This record gives sequence, C-alpha cells and structure tokens, in this order.
Amino acid sequence: MKAREFALKLGLTEEEYGKIEKGLAREPNENELGMFSVMWSEHCSYKNTRRELRKFPTTGPAVLVKAGEENAGVVDAGDGLALAYKIESHNHPSAVEPFQGAATGVGGILRDIFTMGARPVAFMDSLRFGRPEAKGEAGRRTRSLIKGVVSGISHYGNCVGVPTVGGELVFDPAYEGNPLVNVFCLGTLRHDQIRRGAAKGVGNPVFYVGAKTGRDGLAGAAFASRDLTEESKADRPAVQVGDPFVGKLLFEACLELYAKPDLVVGVQDMGAAGLTCSTCETASRGGSGIEIELDQVPQRETGMTPYEILLSESQERMLIIVHKGREKELKDIFAKWGLDAAEIGFVTETGKVVVKAAGKVVAEVPARLLADDAPVYEREAKVPAKLAERQKLDLKKILPAQPKVREDLLKLAASPATGSRRWVWNQYDHMVGLRTVVRPGGDAAVLRIEKSGGGWVHVAMTLDGNGRWCAQDPREGSKALVAEACRNLACAGAVPLGLTDNLNYGNPHDPEIFWTLREGVEGMAEACRFFDLPVTGGNVSLYNQSPAGPIHPTPVVGVVGKVEEGVRLVGGVFGKGGGVVLLLGAEGGGGLGASLYLQEVHGVLAGKLGKVDLEGEKKLHGLMRGVLKLAGVRAAHDVGEGGILWAVAEMVMGEGSAGGEVTIPCGQGERAEEALFGEGAGRILVEVEEGVVGEVERLAGEAGVGCKRLGVTGGTELKMVCGSVEEKWGVRELQKLFTESLPRALEGE
Amino acid sequence: MRFAVVQFPGSNCDQDCVHALQVLGQEARLVWHEETKIDPEEGVILPGGFSYGDYLRCGAIARFSPIMKSVKQAAERGQVVVGICNGFQILCEAGLLPGALTRNEGLHFRCEPTWIRVETPASRFTSHYGTGEMLKIPIAHGEGCYRASPEILQELEAQQRVLFRYCNAEGQEVREGNPNGSSHNIAGICNNGRNVLGLMPHPERCCEAEMGGVDGRGILLGAAGVGRKI
Repeated sequence: MKAREFALKLGLTEEEYGKIEKGLAREPNENELGMFSVMWSEHCSYKNTRRELRKFPTTGPAVLVKAGEENAGVVDAGDGLALAYKIESHNHPSAVEPFQGAATGVGGILRDIFTMGARPVAFMDSLRFGRPEAKGEAGRRTRSLIKGVVSGISHYGNCVGVPTVGGELVFDPAYEGNPLVNVFCLGTLRHDQIRRGAAKGVGNPVFYVGAKTGRDGLAGAAFASRDLTEESKADRPAVQVGDPFVGKLLFEACLELYAKPDLVVGVQDMGAAGLTCSTCETASRGGSGIEIELDQVPQRETGMTPYEILLSESQERMLIIVHKGREKELKDIFAKWGLDAAEIGFVTETGKVVVKAAGKVVAEVPARLLADDAPVYEREAKVPAKLAERQKLDLKKILPAQPKVREDLLKLAASPATGSRRWVWNQYDHMVGLRTVVRPGGDAAVLRIEKSGGGWVHVAMTLDGNGRWCAQDPREGSKALVAEACRNLACAGAVPLGLTDNLNYGNPHDPEIFWTLREGVEGMAEACRFFDLPVTGGNVSLYNQSPAGPIHPTPVVGVVGKVEEGVRLVGGVFGKGGGVVLLLGAEGGGGLGASLYLQEVHGVLAGKLGKVDLEGEKKLHGLMRGVLKLAGVRAAHDVGEGGILWAVAEMVMGEGSAGGEVTIPCGQGERAEEALFGEGAGRILVEVEEGVVGEVERLAGEAGVGCKRLGVTGGTELKMVCGSVEEKWGVRELQKLFTESLPRALEGE
Repeated sequence: MRFAVVQFPGSNCDQDCVHALQVLGQEARLVWHEETKIDPEEGVILPGGFSYGDYLRCGAIARFSPIMKSVKQAAERGQVVVGICNGFQILCEAGLLPGALTRNEGLHFRCEPTWIRVETPASRFTSHYGTGEMLKIPIAHGEGCYRASPEILQELEAQQRVLFRYCNAEGQEVREGNPNGSSHNIAGICNNGRNVLGLMPHPERCCEAEMGGVDGRGILLGAAGVGRKI
C-alpha cells in the first residue's frame, strides 16, 4: 500500500499527511505513520479543541505544575504539601468492554498521578448511562454496562489499595448508546518530590519498567477519536486489559525509586499511544532525542512487529530515565517488586526519536513534530437550529392544575436516577489508607493528609457534571456546574484550589456540537476566573455518539480544595432532631427550566437554567465556611438537582435521621413546584442548634447573603408547607424508596 | 509491644496497621514477605490487601512465601498472630486457622461499617470487652464468607473460639446483620492456643474518632497485651 493511502486508512487527513511528509522531508514509512496517527489523534493532540482550551485560566499562586506541562497538574496545599490530580475519560473502551474499559481507566489515571511523584490517595468516578429501568434490550444492555463498569472500578481500585471516595452516577437516555466513564485521581506529595517527564542528559539510559508488551489496546487512542458505531465491537482488541496487582507493584516500586536522591531524571507513563507517546513526549520536553531498540522491550507475545510494539497500549508500563552509572539501583528495586526493568535505549542530542529493531532503523521522527506540532483546527461552530425551540418552557402545558407535591416527591424518591448510591460505593473500598474523613454520599469527600512534621491538612474534593443543564444552555449550564462544585466544597468548609475538567462531547466536525463545546468552555472559563480557580489540566473526549445520536454536552469538573483552619466538619443529613433548619442564599427556586423534576416526574426536558449569580455564589460559599467554624452546626447540604424539597428529603433520608417541619418560601406568581423543585439558584441548607441561629444570621447579614429560618428537625415525618400547599411523608417511607430504588432497578432482570 | 506487620506484594492495609498501632502507643515494623526473621518477643500482623493479586484463591499463594514459615513457628511458640481480612484468608490457607473464606453471598465486594458482637472475653484479643458487647467495625472484602465442615464449626463453638459474630444493630445474630453469608455469622475466630486471631472486619480502621469510631482499639490493644489480661 502506498504511504498516502495507508495514512488515510489510519484516519489521518490528506492535509495531515502532507504536513508529515514535509516535516520529514521524505515519504514516511508505515511505522512512522502509525505513530503519527495516534499522536495526532484528538485524544493525544487536542487538535480540535486546543484553541478553545487556551481560554481557561491556568495560572494562580497555588499552581505548581500547569495544565499541559506534565501528566497531571499540581497545586500547593500549604505546609510544603502539594496535590497532584486529574480526571480522564474511558468512555469508548467502557462502551464495548465495560469491565476492562473501566478498570484500565482507573489504572491509567493512577499512573498519571504517581508519574508526578505523588502517592495516589483517592479516586472519584463520574459515570453516565442510559436508564437501567428501560424495557427490553436497551435496559438489559444498560444494566450490564452499569454492573460491568462498577465492578471494573471496584476490581482495580480496591486491589491497588486506593480508596474511591466519591463521584456521581447519572441515568439519562442521552447516554444509552454511549456511556461516560470519567475517572479522577488525587495524589499527595511534598513540593520537592514533583517529578518531570523530560528526557535530559545525553547518554542517560532509558528504561522500560512494568508489565510486558502485548497486542492489546493497539492504537486505542485512535479508536477513542472516532464515533461509536455498530462495528465498534470489532474494536475490542483496541481495549486494554488491566492488571491491578501489577499496577500496585508498579507504583510502590516507582515511589521507592523516587525516594533515592538524584537518581531519576525523568518519568513518563505509557498510557495512550504507549511507547510512541512516552518517548516522543519526554524527548520533546527535554529538548533532546531518544534512541530505542525494540528487541529489548519485554514482550508477552512472540512475533510482534515494530508497528505493534510501538502502538500497543498494554497497561502498567512506564518509561524511566536515570542518571548513567546508576542503572543497578533501579534494577534492584524493580527486581524486589518482581517487575521487568529493561534498558531499551538512551538519550541523544538529535531531537529525534529513533526506533530500531534488530539494529535496523524502523522509524526516525523529530520528537517535536510528533509530540507538539500536530495541526490545530478551527472548527466551524453554529448555534443548534432547534435550541431556541428547546429552551421554550410552558409550564401550564406540563404541570397539573392542582400541584401533586406528595406524589411528586415519592416519584423522585423511587427513581433510580435520584436514589441512594450506596449500592455503588459499598462496592468500592472507600476507607483504605486511613485518610477518608468524610465518606461518599455527601456533597464533597474529605481526606486528611499527613504533614511532614505531624498533624493533618484536610482536603475536600468533588466531581460535578450536568448534561441536562448543558444541553439546554451550554454556557450557563457549565458556569452553574463550576458554581455547584465550589458550593459542594463550601459545605465541607473548603476553599477551592484547582479544577480539572473532562470535556465529553460528540463529533466536533458537527458545527452545532462544536458550538456547544465552545460555549461550555467559555462558560466554565468565566466561572473559573470569577472564583480564582485555575484549570490545571484534564481530558477531552469527543466523538461520543452512537447511531442514536450524540450525548448531551457533558463537561465534568473535579474541584479540589483545602478545608479552612477552624472548620468543624459536619454531615449532610439531619441528626436526631431538635435542630433549626436554615436556608442560606437566594430565596426563589430559580425556575424549573432544564430541571431534574421536569425530566423525572413529567418526562420533559425543556427550558433553561436561570442566569447564574456568580457574585451571590461567592458570598454564599464564604458564609458557609464561616458558619462551619461555629459550634452548634449539625449538618450542611447543597441545594442542587431536585431543588429545595429534594434537598430537605435527602437530609431526612440518612441513616437514623429525624424528620422535620419546614415552610418553604413561595415567591409572588411562583408555582409551588417551581419553589420546591427549581434548581437554578445557589442555596445551602443547614441544620443548627437554636442557640447559634442568631450568630448565623449575623454572619449572613455581614456577608450580604439571605438567611431564612425554614423550620425545625424532629419526629418521624417530613412536613412541608409552601404557599397553599401542605404535605407530609413518613421518614421511613422515603428512606425505603430512596435506598431500594437503585438496587431494584439493577437487580431486576 | 512491637509488631511485625508483614508486607506481601499486593498488601494494602500494611501502612494502616502500622499507623493504628502507633496511635495506640505500640511499636510496629514492616517485614517484607521474602524475609524470614521474626523476633521471639514480637507480635505478627498479616494485613489486608490482595496478596499476589489473589488471582487464584485469596491467600493461596501468600502461604508459600518465605515469611510464612517463620509466622507458623511464631504461632507455635505462642506468639500473637493477627490476620485481618486478607490476613485471615492467608491464615486459613496456611492451616493456622481452620475453614476457608469464600465469595460473599451476593457476590459483590462490600465496604461498610458492620456490627459485630464479642462472644467471649476469654482471649487476649477480646479481653477489653464483655460478653455480648457490640462493636461497629468496617469490613471491606469480596471473599469473606466463612465456611467450615459441621465438625469444625461444632468444635469452634464448643471451645469458644468464635470471638466475633456479625449481628444487627440490636445485637441479634440474624441474616440481615450478616454481610457475607458466613456460617454461624462468624466474623472472627482464634486457634486452640488462643494466640492466633483471624477476622474479616478491620479494627485498624477504627482506632481514631476522626475515622468514624474507636471500637477497634480494644482488639489491637488486647493483642498487644495492654490493659486487661486473661
């Protein structure tokens, strides 16, 4: 086959081929084209989104490693401590092979974190599927995907001994043909332990460590950069197979290696695009070249071609460059952990990646050309033709003449979309490591991190996404989810330090989809700038569409923060009763546009979110952190999806929680449903002791934030008054529906 | 007292055990599975995790590791040996405790706080408690369903070697309080010499209030011989 034809077959364009030929000043061979096809894929090069990603704020006083510099961003957590964290998607692999797809997603992000020199201490997962209760084949497939993905995450995360402390699980028909599996990992390290992925020092040896190379995951990065089709199952070989045991040994061995003074020059994990990516990226960063001999690469199968070895995405492998003369120290450590460590090459000054097989050059490419010079496209963007129509909302046509709030809340409680996620997190070891102070199920997870001189720093983290909001209004929706993530952290008394984003969208060649992406990025960027929140990296996952159509535009953000000194951590559920319920923040519900209520109770996705009041949010978060420093605060919970009534319901549905009596304000001309289920406004519910109410009111007054007394906690019922609507529910009744809905939807065959 | 916390490749609660013991004022050192030396005055902890990946059967490979010979000798000498979670599985595979731990009923990995009931204070591990005392201690395992022949179960009961049993919040030994389907709701047993303990719940995870409770302290302190003694 001619080189040009082969290039097109690999998914490169005519234009890209031309650029390669020009860059090399000759015709590329097949190995080289294979390398370009993965390195210039969207997954590795961000060629379709790079212009957009530049809009994010990426700097700030806390940033130690910026977005795009290395495998993961690093921020300062004070006391000499740093946090390395990142989110990454494994959507396509999980769609065709849920268990391994999800498991290797966990393994991949884990490597990104320990590559930075950090000890991984927590995972979170953001998962989106179709409806598990759907009838027929669609429901069966969705249930099997959910179970497969959850057990894949459980398998890998539990085995490597890193707790999974939070995340989200969303069911929406928009993800039926293309589930989303986004995995976040956080690691901790001291500032002086940050590792770089640069190949420096001519003559320094280049080591390959970890698992052997096989034919699995061939060109997975390219596979991830295409639409999912009926034929995608044939791409199963592009899905990698993970071995968490080796993953665990690999990170322990690497951390032991890093502890040796001045031994390691550079480290890079072999994730997407495997050996190709790790060699060209380290060389490019180091301004150097690398020469490797493929015959030295540990191989699991015989007869592998150079092309296969270069493009394999076999898991649990790393590339490590050490100082010449100290090879034995590395070999000894990996021998102790029972892992391969093969010297496969050395650093050169040529600026080229030279690949040999049996001594013969099989590829020779300038490292920069491969790693950094991928074309950057300006994609066409167009407002979706049907958007204005979709944003219209006529509540009169949807809501009944008389509100049926009692039934509405029972419907929400019984829906697997809103039910307790205990079924999921109980399958994850969320306590190993003895750091998990606030366990899954609340607004944000909190970990304690040991300081070098003793004592603890408390770190809070949350993952948030909302495809419904972003489908109806990509810009405000994206702003709202950044605000919500920061509000979640505020409920744990934490100041946000940094954000990692996973942009999940459909095919960028569709101008309407590209417009939603651009709007989403600009909305997030605006909110991040407002909250002084640097974006420290993340992932872009495009082509998330199946024959049924594209997914909702779904940016997912992971935000990490530091719990302020003096904060007393509280849960998100009512205690035994005798407390006062206060609403902090705006009074109105913010409308029912794009709400969970309309979708779950009335089967309608319509309208859009109200404009996000970033100023009001910022004040609210500051107030919340201040309130948490008072003695006598018992619980705090963010009002998010489902609105204020759902938030109150969640607070009574905790284990052993008391009921309560609340009066929820209903604005002039507002329907009760809007006041109760609207999710457009930034609000937080707190339960406090009577004696501290005055102090909270005073703080709220100072902050310029609303503070309204809604009622009291106690009893075994939830009683609610809103305008002329008055209803009550048994706490046990709600708890039962809430805890059983998800297991019932999944176990029902 | 000093404890040797054994580190198998794939152990992941080793550091947690060291931390908890230190919080309790005890000494702890990590011992790599290829080592063979255990001092006569040391206690031994086999921590939780996935030794050697546990791809075959939990604990099945770990029992052949060099350190296990020394652990057996220590047990025979009457030294304290505690196997937690994967460590319990290893003790059963190594024949230091009878029975086996199989896949949880329901087949899912489960990580959650469970209630366990102290069956007898007659062992150093339970010496801090009274009969019937309830402890809330988390589990985190996929294979914790204790199984043994009827004869062995009878013997364990007759010799009061069932030290901990899963129960509900009211202290009743019922199905709903049993997270994995273990026979006789067994959560932890000891050997005939009462110096070797195997249990699935993780006492090291509840030795500090910030971690959600301190119900596990007595087990580890008892193992260390601190406080009440039999």
